Amino acid sequence: MDALFLARLQFAFTISFHIVFPALTIGLASYLAVLEALWLRTHRRVFLDLFHFWEKVFAVAFGMGVVSGLVMAYQFGTNWSGFSTFAGGVTGPLLTYEVLTAFFLEAGFLGVMLFGMQRVGPGLHFVATVMVAMGTLISATWILASNSWMQTPQGHAIIDGRIVPVDWLQVIFNPSFPYRLVHMVLAAYLATALLVVASAAWHLLRGRDHEGIRTMLAMGIGMLVLVAPLQAFVGDLHGLNTAQHQPAKLAALEGHWENRPGEAVPLILFGLPDMEAEQTRYAVEIPNLGSVLLTHSWDGQFPGLKEFPKADRPNSLVVFWSFRLMVGLGFLMIFMAAWGAWLFRGRRIYQARRYLRFALAMGPAGVVAMLAGWVTTEVGRQPWVVYGVMRTADAVSAHSAAQVGFTLTVFIVVYAFVFGAGTVYLLRIIARGPEVQESEPQGGAGRMRQPMRPLSGAPDRFDEPAAGAQEGVPHGH
Amino acid sequence: MGIDLPLIWAVIILFGVMMYVVMDGFDLGIGLLYPFVPAKADRDVMMNTVAPVWDGNETWLVLGGAGLFVAFPIAYAAILSAFYLPLIFMLVGLIFRGVAFEFRFKAPPARQPFWDRSFTGGSYTATFFQGVTLGAFLEGVPMRDGQAVAGSFSWLAPFPLFVGLGLIAAYALLGATWLVMKTESDLQQRMRELGLTLTWVLLLVIGVISIWTPLSQPAVAHKWFSWPNLLYFSPVPLLVLVSAALLRRSLARRGHDAVPFLLTLGLVFLGYSGLGISLWPHVIPPSVTIWQAAGPPQSLGFTLVGALLIVPMILGYTAWSYWVFRGKVRGDEGYH
Ligand code: HDD
Ligand code: HEM
Ligand code: HEM
Repeated sequence: MDALFLARLQFAFTISFHIVFPALTIGLASYLAVLEALWLRTHRRVFLDLFHFWEKVFAVAFGMGVVSGLVMAYQFGTNWSGFSTFAGGVTGPLLTYEVLTAFFLEAGFLGVMLFGMQRVGPGLHFVATVMVAMGTLISATWILASNSWMQTPQGHAIIDGRIVPVDWLQVIFNPSFPYRLVHMVLAAYLATALLVVASAAWHLLRGRDHEGIRTMLAMGIGMLVLVAPLQAFVGDLHGLNTAQHQPAKLAALEGHWENRPGEAVPLILFGLPDMEAEQTRYAVEIPNLGSVLLTHSWDGQFPGLKEFPKADRPNSLVVFWSFRLMVGLGFLMIFMAAWGAWLFRGRRIYQARRYLRFALAMGPAGVVAMLAGWVTTEVGRQPWVVYGVMRTADAVSAHSAAQVGFTLTVFIVVYAFVFGAGTVYLLRIIARGPEVQESEPQGGAGRMRQPMRPLSGAPDRFDEPAAGAQEGVPHGH
Repeated sequence: MGIDLPLIWAVIILFGVMMYVVMDGFDLGIGLLYPFVPAKADRDVMMNTVAPVWDGNETWLVLGGAGLFVAFPIAYAAILSAFYLPLIFMLVGLIFRGVAFEFRFKAPPARQPFWDRSFTGGSYTATFFQGVTLGAFLEGVPMRDGQAVAGSFSWLAPFPLFVGLGLIAAYALLGATWLVMKTESDLQQRMRELGLTLTWVLLLVIGVISIWTPLSQPAVAHKWFSWPNLLYFSPVPLLVLVSAALLRRSLARRGHDAVPFLLTLGLVFLGYSGLGISLWPHVIPPSVTIWQAAGPPQSLGFTLVGALLIVPMILGYTAWSYWVFRGKVRGDEGYH
């Protein structure tokens, strides 16, 4: 294996871990803001209990998101120095804006959100929660502007062998950016909603049926009903956009090799694209559907892979299947939303064991679909790192294969261990479930507003109610 | 001539890295001090003094990296790939200590000592390799055709390794004096004692580095010892001595509990500006200056607008968050 391949593997590995946690924190932060708003409005205890419960999950996921993100921020320089030197003029400012407008915002208000409820009072605390949620969304916006620019670059010139931004609005609002941003944020919301529903289902299946669990289930399925169909719609628009701007990627997605004069393009449901033989083996096809979906006409044509030089073709076998995995899961989510909504009539859902087991199994589906989507996008961009402008082979740093292989091994071992443990802790928090009357009410007038629990966003152990503690006393006055 | 964008950016990056060094310095210092504080209750208190703020502190490191990426992409690419291995080790260290904040309280009791060790080990690893990278950077990154030509193990030399150990002393002192400010009674007393020792160690480190760099690098010697620079720069070592003396007094005599921390900040700042003077105006010593490595002016200008508007806001809400969590942290009152 050469250094380039290992470096790509390392990037794919580290970012695949990273993206899982931000996706959950994007979704959970918004969910927490909604829960707190509902609590402030209705003063119903159940919303506060759920808030504290999901806050713990959020804290663990956030911690893992931060440390895995730190690795990403340095990887461009360590592993992709060719890319950084060449394209740093565009991606550097976008990353810096992300740090300035998003990471600091999240980090600055996170402490207050996790530990400050007794210190700042509910109003300001809500502000902190909203700031954290906004931070996660702003973060997604900048990083997707950067990634989308790499997919559909515009607004730049190449001067002295380096990319120079000419029109920042064009750079940021590049053609694929709006689709990618909406699609990704919806993906994060879907992944979170599926997690919430699966948690509720798990508790219901174990006979733990109380108001908190029912509220979780209702909110989660409500979200699915809204977002799952919307995601399919946005995904379709996204695909049309790809057809327009990255035709080779689209041909690879469809396993489509060549057009016959005057004939419509079928939709290949399943098959095995073979890059060597230049054909898709064992294809199961639906006539004309390819034309209908992608050109929105009965027998329109779109370029096949053979129209691109061999050196410019992405690996069809990978993207063909990752794309189908994502879309297939997307349809399952729509099905799950519809079935759940139907069961809610007459409140049968709480006893519908078959549905609950299905919902539990779908728990990780959002994360899997999201990763499949990214693999589709990124592998489909190959062999370019900046589409049509810079090849991946020119982007890589000049390290030896041994070095990159060594660091890759280090990352695999460390990530498997650390994030494995983290995921176990996360699942354990969920398995404990929301407690009724989870937190103490605030200290009354004249008392210090102070946390009576240890300063971890996920403080509780499983055997003891509370451990360690923190108390603040202002000095001076 | 318009505004000197590379110069402004150099100042912003120096400021960001400075913020990082002092802020993440004291919270990494907490981990460095764990081995000296065996009691679990004390360790809880120590960690709780930084739990609400550590993430913000670490973000300055991301800003430093991103700022370098914008302003001096060549330097970002060259430096980060020249110091590939030490940087990866630093990141691994930061991973282990970063997750410990959550995992330590979340793990089943039998597992908790492990996350304590991960907190300590991660802090030592991250600090040491930060220092190693800094030391290797001070020694210079030879360039050919816009690519760093340093061997993969050029950092494995006496000077970088020494700076690695030196940075451990600096961060530990920051951590100890932070704890003097944030804790009370026995733990605080312990930190005062440790601080007294660490002040000597840090002074020694600063002394050795100030002698070693000019001896091994004539350019640095020339910068410091030529006239009239000698006159301008001589306050730096003098101030170092004065603040070290004041620091030891405040640690021994127990004036206001915040004084040792503030003096340590001063000391670290002085050491840092000494290094800055030695390097200036190179962003890749010894050959590439900030003007040669600068990215396209369109990128620098675009990002500068944001930085000037947003950094003050960041400082504002960061200060607010520190203020919300002001005061002493105690361990004994949470158990009822
Ligand atoms: C919960 C996650 C999820 C779900 C249910 C879907 N997607 Fe998706 N998809 C993503 C998560 C995702 C993603 C992770 O967000 C990607 C990767 C990069 C991106 O922009 O979005 C993506 C990429 C992506 C691409 C590649 C775009 C490109 O070329 O860059 C297409 C064409 C679609 N999606 C289309 C769909 C369709 C037709 C769906 C119908 C059900 C669908 N997606 C459901
Ligand atoms: C190569 C690409 C990426 C880089 C360099 C990167 C970098 C980072 C860094 C450094 C952090 C830690 C910030 C902190 O210290 O608080 C972080 C966190 C985060 N990232 Fe990424 N990231 C990348 C991809 C993405 C993507 C694709 C998304 C989402 C669409 C995303 C969303 C987030 C969010 C929401 C956070 C904060 C919440 C959390 O830590 O879980 N990132 N990222
Ligand atoms: C978050 C989810 C993401 C996943 C799962 C993902 C996955 C991948 C995969 C599988 C590759 C290797 C493709 C190949 O070599 O065939 C890759 C490469 C890469 N991706 Fe992504 N990616 C993600 C997001 C991003 C983002 C947000 C950026 C930039 C802002 C980015 C930039 C890159 C770069 C620079 C490479 C290396 C060069 C290359 O092989 O294209 N990726 N990614």
